[in-house]
Amino acid sequence: MTDLSPTPSASRRIDPVALLALAVVALAYGRAIWFTPPEATQGFAQKILYVHAPAAWVAFLAFGVTALAGAFWLFLKDQRLDRLAESSAEVGVIFTTAVLVTGPLWGKPVWGTWWTWDARLTLTLFLWFIYVGYLVLRGVIPGREQRARYAAVVGILGALLIPFIHLSVYLFRTLHPLPVVARPEGPAMPAVMVTTFFFAFFAFTLLYVAFVRARMALAVERDALDDAAVGG
Amino acid sequence: MSAPGLIASAWLIARKDLAIEFRTRSAFLSALVLSLLAIVIFYFAWDPTAVGAGDLAPGVLWVTFTFSGLLGLHRSFGVEAQDGAMDALLIAPVPRQAIFVGKALANLAFVLGVQGVALPAMVLFYDVGVGAAWPALIGVMVLAAIGLVAVGTLFAGLTANTRLAELLLPVLALPFFVPIVMPAAQATAKLLAGRPLAESFAWLRILLAFDLVFAYACMLVFPATLDD
Repeated sequence: MTDLSPTPSASRRIDPVALLALAVVALAYGRAIWFTPPEATQGFAQKILYVHAPAAWVAFLAFGVTALAGAFWLFLKDQRLDRLAESSAEVGVIFTTAVLVTGPLWGKPVWGTWWTWDARLTLTLFLWFIYVGYLVLRGVIPGREQRARYAAVVGILGALLIPFIHLSVYLFRTLHPLPVVARPEGPAMPAVMVTTFFFAFFAFTLLYVAFVRARMALAVERDALDDAAVGG
Repeated sequence: MSAPGLIASAWLIARKDLAIEFRTRSAFLSALVLSLLAIVIFYFAWDPTAVGAGDLAPGVLWVTFTFSGLLGLHRSFGVEAQDGAMDALLIAPVPRQAIFVGKALANLAFVLGVQGVALPAMVLFYDVGVGAAWPALIGVMVLAAIGLVAVGTLFAGLTANTRLAELLLPVLALPFFVPIVMPAAQATAKLLAGRPLAESFAWLRILLAFDLVFAYACMLVFPATLDD
């Protein structure tokens, strides 16, 4: 029988990566609020960029990791890959939600509307739908192997679907700004803003790693508990 | 008897599914009546003096096909649930992919059958002038039906073994229907407005690419949705 004596639990211990991530996020926001000048026409509303864009990057990163971990799981059948896919999807949904909340908050003062059926908004919304469906599916399958297998299939197909949704919604007119930072002729933003921008990207990526680590530790404990319940 | 190849076994499975459906016709009739009901009810959801029926028609058509298609897809693996029919299918000496192709072919016949009645009904009820656009319109229908059925069959198989199957199938499948329904509805609108086919090429390309990519991808991953 699995030992369930009170050893310090993995999820209770404080993860140094989480501490680091929080510190860097605090630094990035300190910099964004006090040391980066407000944008000329948008004023302070533009500050939301430092949450919105990094969160969007992490959302796409998270779903990419979910799809890859699922694809590798199909070949290797390693439980850790499935836990990574699960954790990454869950963290991805949180960050996508952050994108979908900060977007309208920024859009209202700057575009004059909360929502518009622009290509990237629509894509992000559907991304959210796909991965909420993914998590719902995971939730209704009790068997570990079956759950991992089904989730891998949905994760892979979800990643395949994204370019198609992008293509079809792109044929509609778009309000969303074209790339401002990542463009061949160099960023169309003052250097001080670009630095803060990348700082925020780095901070959010660290935050993603910390969240996934915490979520994976939780998944390990859940599996151990399941094993103990079955074994005992 | 030697084991038949992929195409031959897929054909056998499709015929089996269609034979079962043809004996009762209950799912087909339900899907058909649902489509007709939706077309009729949608008509009264708008003010016909403000929005012309012809402008509503493409949207109504594609929303209707999507939901009636889901009804047929759900049945596709539902019929295997009784008497361990799915297990019998799994121990049959056929390639696993043939089960997918066979089921998808039967579903395609089902969806096209519903469309074949619902489309003329819509043209009649909404007084849409199709004119010379019939062949192009039918082409859009077939292209869209292939993508719908490929993804739908895979998810129907996936959700059939879970509780909440009826609820999960639309939740999982509908986001995947976006790159089908959007181009199909746009192309239909253009065709019904009497615009030349060339204006819909961008949409048709997306449909065609979706069909090719997802028919193949779904066939590849289908064996992973089977429980031995």
